[in-house]
Amino acid sequence: MLLEYYLILSALLFTIGVIGVLVRRNAIIIFMCIELMLNAANLAFVAISRNLGETTGQVFVFFVMAVAAAEVAIGLAIIVSVFKHRQTINVDEINSLKG
Amino acid sequence: MNAEQILFILFGAVSLIGAVSVISFRHPIYSALSLVVTFFAQAGLFILLGAHFVAAVQVIVYAGAIMVLFLFVIMLLNLGTLSAKGAIGPKVKGFAVILGILLAIEGIYIALNSANDTTVAAAESATGTTTTYDIGKLLFSEYLLPFEVTSLILLAALIGVIVLVKRESQEEN
Amino acid sequence: MENLPLFFILSSIVKIVIIVHLLLIGVMLMIWAERRVSGWMQDRLGPNRVGPQGLLQPIADGLKFMFKEDIIPDHVDKPLYVLAPAMLLVPALITAAVVPFGSSIELFGETINLQIADINIGILYILAITSLGVYGVVLGAWASNNKYSLLGGLRSSAQMISYELTLGLGIIGILMLTSSLSLRTIATEQGAYPWQWNFLIHFPAFLAFTTAMFAETNRLPFDLAEAEQELVAGYHTEYSSMKFAMFFMAEYMNMIVGSAVTVTLFLGGWHFFGLENVGGPVWSGLISFAIFFVKTAIFLFGFIWVRWTLPRFRYDQLMNFGWKFLLPIALTSIVVTGTLWIMTGSRLVVGIGNAVSAFIVVSIVAGMLVMTTPKPAIQESDSRFSPTALDAVE
Repeated sequence: MLLEYYLILSALLFTIGVIGVLVRRNAIIIFMCIELMLNAANLAFVAISRNLGETTGQVFVFFVMAVAAAEVAIGLAIIVSVFKHRQTINVDEINSLKG
Repeated sequence: MNAEQILFILFGAVSLIGAVSVISFRHPIYSALSLVVTFFAQAGLFILLGAHFVAAVQVIVYAGAIMVLFLFVIMLLNLGTLSAKGAIGPKVKGFAVILGILLAIEGIYIALNSANDTTVAAAESATGTTTTYDIGKLLFSEYLLPFEVTSLILLAALIGVIVLVKRESQEEN
Repeated sequence: MENLPLFFILSSIVKIVIIVHLLLIGVMLMIWAERRVSGWMQDRLGPNRVGPQGLLQPIADGLKFMFKEDIIPDHVDKPLYVLAPAMLLVPALITAAVVPFGSSIELFGETINLQIADINIGILYILAITSLGVYGVVLGAWASNNKYSLLGGLRSSAQMISYELTLGLGIIGILMLTSSLSLRTIATEQGAYPWQWNFLIHFPAFLAFTTAMFAETNRLPFDLAEAEQELVAGYHTEYSSMKFAMFFMAEYMNMIVGSAVTVTLFLGGWHFFGLENVGGPVWSGLISFAIFFVKTAIFLFGFIWVRWTLPRFRYDQLMNFGWKFLLPIALTSIVVTGTLWIMTGSRLVVGIGNAVSAFIVVSIVAGMLVMTTPKPAIQESDSRFSPTALDAVE
């Protein structure tokens, strides 16, 4: 299987994630789109790792996943506490720095 | 067309459809489920690439933990569809899609170029599978420091979440 | 991938068909056993009218379920409501694909392993698939659009995430000593005698793993997701007919597969002393399967036993227990196993070290809990409800 196809798929998934962040206003869905982008990067990592015949790329995927897990925990906690204050998670309405 | 190509097209199509559904469903629960489908298709792609360990971890971490957290929060806050007030107009949407298409073209261009570079570098392009042993060995020798730093990141996240939630409850009291 | 021998494909298909049917029959038997054993424990009879000893009762129940009206309430989210039971049942079924049910059979000059697929990430596969079971519960709960269901779903998702950690950490000790993720290798490495099985070497991890497995299968004392006294029937309140039956079957199937995995990991798989290498190439395989079956059945009896022994946890007790007892035990077990194994390389030392360290951890945690628990504002002796106060009034 050629590397190009995997990289193109990865680029498309990344793009869909970017469009999602631009188009949607729901903080949770924006968050999911960020996860989608991280995953697209993972796919590229593994594909290139396979192509070069070494494992380093997969180790990086491991790190990306750990960072993604940490990010989700923090991000969702922030979303929950914002929702408690403002009763909304629409990113356009959460526009003041002071709670 | 061999089995690997058929499976690639299958998993690739499912992950793309899932990804598009994530950004097009109105309700966050459906978006979250579409994302789970995408993650599954990606795990399938990882298996095709011989990365069994990464595929299993992908399902355990993303589908098993992260997305359950998402569902938990969506259900906890009982987030329905957002009010129309927050929706953005078709003009902005069209602009975003045009930007996205530009980005996709750029990405594909880079993909094709870099693929040409690397395929030359590894002519004998390994077809074997990576075992958990290989990854573990690399993780605990060459990448030991990054590995330990990862644990610090997780610890920081843990403390951060506790602080966020703790302050909240004190203010309420 | 294209060059698989025909024999392999055929034998795999036969194995899949046999194991799926065995699981379904196992679910039937288990439902019957649960009712009969519950009856026995409560000094009553249980169902005994349909067939000998009431054995055909599950079939009668199944027929009844099929002919009941399948009600889909108006207020539900229809697509997810229909999907949820399947999302619980399917993971329960496909987990069985990597469990080795016996040694091997020689037929037509070929060796057939009594296992559908011996993949090199066997344990990770099981962890991955069991972590998906929560979707069925959570989505069924949410789609039902009923506040009791939603509460059940919320409880279930928090419970599953908390106990999954222990489930994963509990097996790491075994992985370190076996240095393989394949379930067949893990089962083969254990000898024929009980003291060679993993549960003695990793006793604390075994307890933590088993407890976490009870939580993952939503069985008493961890059935907070359905808790009929508080939440009507929890996540499946709004379900009827075959959809309810699928939830029901998934619970029993999870129990069976969970027991099979525990037997493979901790209780020596298909090994039992005196019955190794008995009979010819076919019979020894079948005997090993029988041993596995008996061990799993004994473990399943434990499920029913625990159900009528322990009351349900309160939600805060559940979280305290998971995070403050089980997780530290599992973590300590990993550290102690690794350290002692590198230092001495003796399974005996590792086993003793594990037991001692778990005892110390539990004592420390219990001590800290006692010390940090705030004293009640009214001392018992000051309360007007205490027996001594009553004396003073009189």
